[in-house]
Formats: sequence, structure tokens, C-alpha cells
Amino acid sequence: MAARVLVGVKRVIDYAVKIRVKPDNTGVVTDGVKHSMNPFCEIAVEEAVRLKEKKLVKEVVAVSCGPQQVQETIRTALAMGADRGIHVEVSGKDYDTLGPLQVSKILAALAKKEEASLVILGKQAIDDDCNQTGQMTAALLDWPQGTFASEVTIDGDKIKVIREIDGGLETIKINMPAVVTADLRLNTPRYATLPNIMKAKKKKIASVKPGELGVDLTSRLEVLRVEEPAQRQAGVKVETVEDLVGKLKEAGRI
Amino acid sequence: LLMPLRVVQKPAHRCIRALKAVQTEHVVPQVYTRRSSSAPVPRITSHYTICPRDKDPRWEGVEMERFADEADVVIVGGGPAGLSAAIRLKQLANQHEKELRVCVVEKASQIGAHTLSGACLEPSALNELIPDWKDRGAPLNTKVTEDRFAILTEKYRIPVPILPGLPMNNHGNYIVRLGHFVRWLGEQAEELGVELYPGYAASEVLFHEDGSVKGIATNDVGIAKDGSPKDIFERGMELHAKVTVFGEGCHGHLAKQLYKHFNLREGCEPQTYAIGLKEVGLDYTNPYLSPFREFQRWKHHPSVVPTLEGGSRIAYGARALNEGGFQSVPKLTFPGGALIGCSPGFMNVPKIKGTHTAMKSGMLAAEAIFSKLTDENLQSDTAGIHVPSYEESLKNSWVWKELRSVRNIRPSFHNYFGLYGGMVYTGIFYWILRGKEPWTLKHAGLDAAQLKPAKECTPIEYPKPDGKISFDLLSSVALSGTNHEHDQPPHLTLKDDSVPVAQNLAVYDGPEQRFCPAGVYEFVPLESGEGMRLQINAQNCVHCKTCDIKDPSQNINWVVPEGSGGPAYNGM
Repeated sequence: MAARVLVGVKRVIDYAVKIRVKPDNTGVVTDGVKHSMNPFCEIAVEEAVRLKEKKLVKEVVAVSCGPQQVQETIRTALAMGADRGIHVEVSGKDYDTLGPLQVSKILAALAKKEEASLVILGKQAIDDDCNQTGQMTAALLDWPQGTFASEVTIDGDKIKVIREIDGGLETIKINMPAVVTADLRLNTPRYATLPNIMKAKKKKIASVKPGELGVDLTSRLEVLRVEEPAQRQAGVKVETVEDLVGKLKEAGRI
Repeated sequence: LLMPLRVVQKPAHRCIRALKAVQTEHVVPQVYTRRSSSAPVPRITSHYTICPRDKDPRWEGVEMERFADEADVVIVGGGPAGLSAAIRLKQLANQHEKELRVCVVEKASQIGAHTLSGACLEPSALNELIPDWKDRGAPLNTKVTEDRFAILTEKYRIPVPILPGLPMNNHGNYIVRLGHFVRWLGEQAEELGVELYPGYAASEVLFHEDGSVKGIATNDVGIAKDGSPKDIFERGMELHAKVTVFGEGCHGHLAKQLYKHFNLREGCEPQTYAIGLKEVGLDYTNPYLSPFREFQRWKHHPSVVPTLEGGSRIAYGARALNEGGFQSVPKLTFPGGALIGCSPGFMNVPKIKGTHTAMKSGMLAAEAIFSKLTDENLQSDTAGIHVPSYEESLKNSWVWKELRSVRNIRPSFHNYFGLYGGMVYTGIFYWILRGKEPWTLKHAGLDAAQLKPAKECTPIEYPKPDGKISFDLLSSVALSGTNHEHDQPPHLTLKDDSVPVAQNLAVYDGPEQRFCPAGVYEFVPLESGEGMRLQINAQNCVHCKTCDIKDPSQNINWVVPEGSGGPAYNGM
């Protein structure tokens, strides 16, 4: 029976909030803006907790990387059923440049340290849409990966994963230890109800620095500029097909 | 800048209509032309407060037990009043070395996310509550340097001098982003040991067998749009307290229940409201009026445009505020609970400020509750403790003096001369006599009863928004960041699903499609072709409460949606 599952959760700007670019074009406004757990991470936590309820895993550990505020996100995971949390302290400039490569190095180091047999992550974050962390983590650990999972079944020391791919669904069987990333249809996450939030206050969240894990946070990427998408130009209505062809020719399209 | 609505349109007509409105007593018109339609009324409301679950077969066998926890004081609402009360309670507890468990439940996902105001804060209550607020980093950074007051006509602006002593004088006050101030208050509260629970809405008041208030229950989650339980259904939790303090803000839905249950409004006038967009009085009579569009039109006034030109719209929100003042304050305490803040309503209307009085009311409630709870000889007739000393101390405080001195200013505008009469009255009786006249003028009655039938009014042609200074409604609503879990029963419940079309649309041309600042209510043609139905876009709701206030049939009952739904204001 698999002992420990590591679940990564990311604190992102809430999906319903209207994003605003900072006036200096270096990023988006985050101060005071409503944040919540990345929806795919919620699905990952839910899956981990369900595995625990089915007694297929013994312990669920929730991990998040960031400043003090990510502890709220870890608390939500604890309220959903995770047993304990790990807060990897990253703040300031390091947090601004924190990306999939750094996070996957951190998760790989933690997976080894915690002797996890399964790492479940959301398939991507809704702020950067990278879809890279799960894959990179698996590569760094040299573990098999089951990404875009819409169904996960543990069978002894193997996992059957049904993946959502462009052509339909693909079923694979991978050995444990492994990395799985959750897609939308994997499950419907439960609510973090108030009694569970109150109980979660008593669960432990350990703090650790990336340096203690031997991880170097330097980024190989530099953000040059962030801009709003170009304003949509008004369309033009035409009466006949001839008009349409004429207009396309005018615009040099045909 | 005060823009009295009446002056913009046909002043003479308006004044005479205002007089007539004052004459008609507050009676909801009984004209009920029931359209004999053979088509059944489409089902709109599925919320369990209207459709009980105990007889519903879909709920058979569902576990309805609730987890319960005990606190000393539970506060509903994490706004200026609620947080001030929480802070004061913990200050007293720490000072006297007593243990006190104080819990605050707040429907917004984070403290301050549902806070909306101008705001011009008078720091009087803050100076009393946290004297070293400056060192603690309170976000009060912009002191008022200049005040300007004017009457706007269609094209011109007549300045009116603000003499010192008039309530509109803002010397010593601060322009603040109230949402940020509330957030800061939340941080102060947490430091003192208050348990804050944002994202959890109090949806039910709990009662002991003796009728006193036992506490509250938070909302159930996981109910589908049609009212049936989903797989992830979970019951809310019960929070029991010796005293429950209700600080839900203007027109709170639990307060509405409590007024009825304990008959707290006996002997006071009905509350009247405005919607802050800012500010269009809700006692208007023309059902064709749309407060949102009036606001857009106001922005184009020649004296307003220069301030706004070149700017870009980055946020939007709306909220009702109370304008009844002194005459409309209900009884404030009942066995097991108390009302604080804008919920009972302590706004000083001519000053357009209610935050300082809301905070002070929270502080006074905390002091009264603390002395009662720590009294060793406490004997209570009821399980839930009654704290009438709160109401007494409020009536002896500066809040009451202040409200009393300005009590006649707003009602003085309800006279034949309208705006000018009101200004003359204010000049004489407030500025010179400081509100010491012995009489108390009355308000015109319930806002919902002021609307005249559509056929007696003319539709208003509003100009199209230009996209630079004025905007359309839906793009504005998107900027409020509002969102709700879509698969839940609409929280804008109707006592009778047939009334919107049969009465509101038939008699008043559906004013809800105009007064809602978020486009929640739409009358759309029935799929069968004949007639209309009301469509409720509950996800747009910004929790302003205008519909519950202004619905002429008083058929709409706003209840709380699943917690953390609603706007995501950032420092509004």
C-alpha cells in the first residue's frame, strides 16, 4: 500500500476577477486582489483525499511555494482532508520569477525527503497556463508520469491512468512511484466547510526554505513586458459575397 | 457634489409630484390585474427558504444533522461595525485578563471584498478604538483639503458655500478606500485573537426554546439550481453564542427576519434608502428610472466631465445605504442578540457618513456585552442573554446627539419647494439652531411604496454610453469581479413566482430590470411566444440589496448565497 502522497497547491488570482496590468507593464496587479486555490489543484487535493478515504494511501501532504499568504491555500487543502502541510518560503524577487522549473526542483527534493510514492498536481495553473511542472517533476525524479488524468486507479504497485488527449482517451499503466496531473473531469472537489476549517487550524504546517532543500531558484527567464490584449477592432458587415471578396482583396488577404 | 435628482428633470412637475407622494400614505397599491394566462408560471424560486425540504422527496434520507460549536460572542458581518465590536471585546478581555471566544463570520471570501463606500472617514470612532492607528499603519493617508458643494442644473453649476458648522464640512476627515481600511481592521482583530471566518455566510438565526437567540447557522453547500442535493452536499455549521451581534450592513437579510420576529420596528419609521453609485435616492416615483443610467448621465454634466476625462474605468460596484437616520432606528437589542452598524442604520445623511457611527455602535455594543458577560451575579431569564444597556449607552453617546441634530434635514426636502425648501430649512434650523427644534419631521414611507404605476409616468430616454466616461451595464458588472457558483438555487428568492409578471411588469413595467445595478433581472419572452417571464441572472448579483428594498410588491427576498460568492472589490 502506498504510504504517502504529495499534493502541490498553487495560490492564484481568482478566476472570476478581472485582471489589470500594472501601469509600468511589469506584471499584473495582485495587491488586495482576491486569490484562491488553482482549480486544478483543488481537483488534485480531492483525488488524494479520496485515495486516503479508500485506504489506498496513508497520508496526504499539501505543499505550496510562496510568501506568507500561501498558508491560507494550504489551510484550505487541510480543510479538504490533507493531513499536514509544507510551506516552502519564497518571497520578493524570487517569488516574482518563480516558475515551473524551480517549483519542480522543489517538489522533486520534497518527494525524496518525504519518501512519497505519489505526487499529484493540477495539470496547469490558471495564471501562467504553463502545464510544465508535473512533467518536469517526473523527469527530475526519473519517475513515470500520467498527465491530464481523468481517472486514476491504484492497482497494487501500479497505477492505471486514463488520460484526456486530443484524439479521445488513452489508458496507460505506470509503475509507482509516479507523478499524476489532474484534468478537469477527474472529480468534483468537495467544499472546505467551516468545521473542517476550524479543525484544520490544529493541523501542522511546516516551513522550509528552498536552500535547505538544495534548490537554486535562479530563473533562466526574464519577463520583459506585460500588456493587455489588443483592443478588438469593430467588424464590418457586407451585403453580398462579391462585397466580401472585394473587401478581402482590399485587405490583401487574398 | 450633491446632485438632487429632482432638479435635473422638470423641477416644477417633480416638486408637485413629491408633494403628492408625501400625501399618499404608505400603502402598497392593491391594483392587481391578474393576467389570465393559460400558460403556467415558469418556476423560478427553488431556494429552501421558500420551498421547504422536509416534504421534498429528493431530500429523503439526506443527513441534516449539523455540527455545532460554542463561542462567547458571535458577530455576523466583518465590516467596520462588526470588526470594531470584535476588537473592542478582545481589548476589554485582554485588559481584564478574561478569556473570551469571539468569532466573526463574513460572507465575502476575504475581509473587505464586499465593502463599498465613497469614502470620507471621520476618524472620531477610530481615535477612540485604536488611538495609535497611524503607527499601526492604518490606510488613512489622504486628508481632505477642500470641499465643494453645488447644485447642478441641466448644463450649469450653482456653487453653494459650505459654512463651517454645516454637516457637509469635511475638515479633519480622510478620503479612504474603505475596503482597505476594513482589511486593516481585520488584521488588527486577528492580532488580538479574534477568530475571523471569511467565506462563510450566516444564513439562519437559531433560537432557544424560550425564544431567545441561540446563535447562527452557516449556509449549506452543494445544492443544485433546482433545489436538489448534489453529491458534494454538506450542511452548514451551527455557531452558538451567549450573545449574537448582527452587523450585516444596510438592509441585512437576517436583520429583516429579526425585525419581524421580535417586532423591533414598532414605534420607529420604516427605513428609507439610497443606492450608492453615488447617490440616487431610492424614494423615486418613476418606475422608468434606472439609477445606473442616471449615474452615467450625471458623469457627462459639464462640471463633472473635466475631472473624469482621460481616466479609465477600473472598478465598479453598488450598495444600498440607509438614509432614514434618527427616525428609522429600530429597537437594538433582543434576548440573545443586538444590532449594530448600518443594519439598524446610523448614517448621518447630510454628512453622508455612516462609518464612524457604525464603528462606535459596535464599540458600545462590545462594552455593554462585556460587562454583562463578566458580571459574576449574572441572572438571565433567557438562555440567550439580553443586553439592553447597549441601547441605553448608544442613546447617551455622541452618535445619538449627532443623529438627532440632523434628523429633520432630509425630511425637510419633502415639501412643496423641494430642494430649495430643504436648503432654507437646513440653513435656519441646523446651521443656526443646531437641530434643537422640538418637532421631528416624518419620512415619506417605505421606498417600495413610492413607485407610481407606469402608465402615470413617462419613460426616460437615456443617452447611449460613450465608452469613455459613461459605460454600459454589463461591462461594468464584470469589473466588480462578482461571481457565484452557478449551480445553486438563485439567492434572489420570490415569495410568489407569478408576481413579477402579473404585478411588477403589468403595473410598473418591471422596475427591477432598471433598478438592479448588476443586470440580474430580465424580462424575456416566453419560449411559447405569448407573454413574458422573469429571468434571474443570480450570478451577476453584487449584493447591494436594492431589489429587496425597492420591489413594489415586496415579493423579492434576498437571502445569502453560498459563502464567498459575490463581488471581489479591492479597496472600494
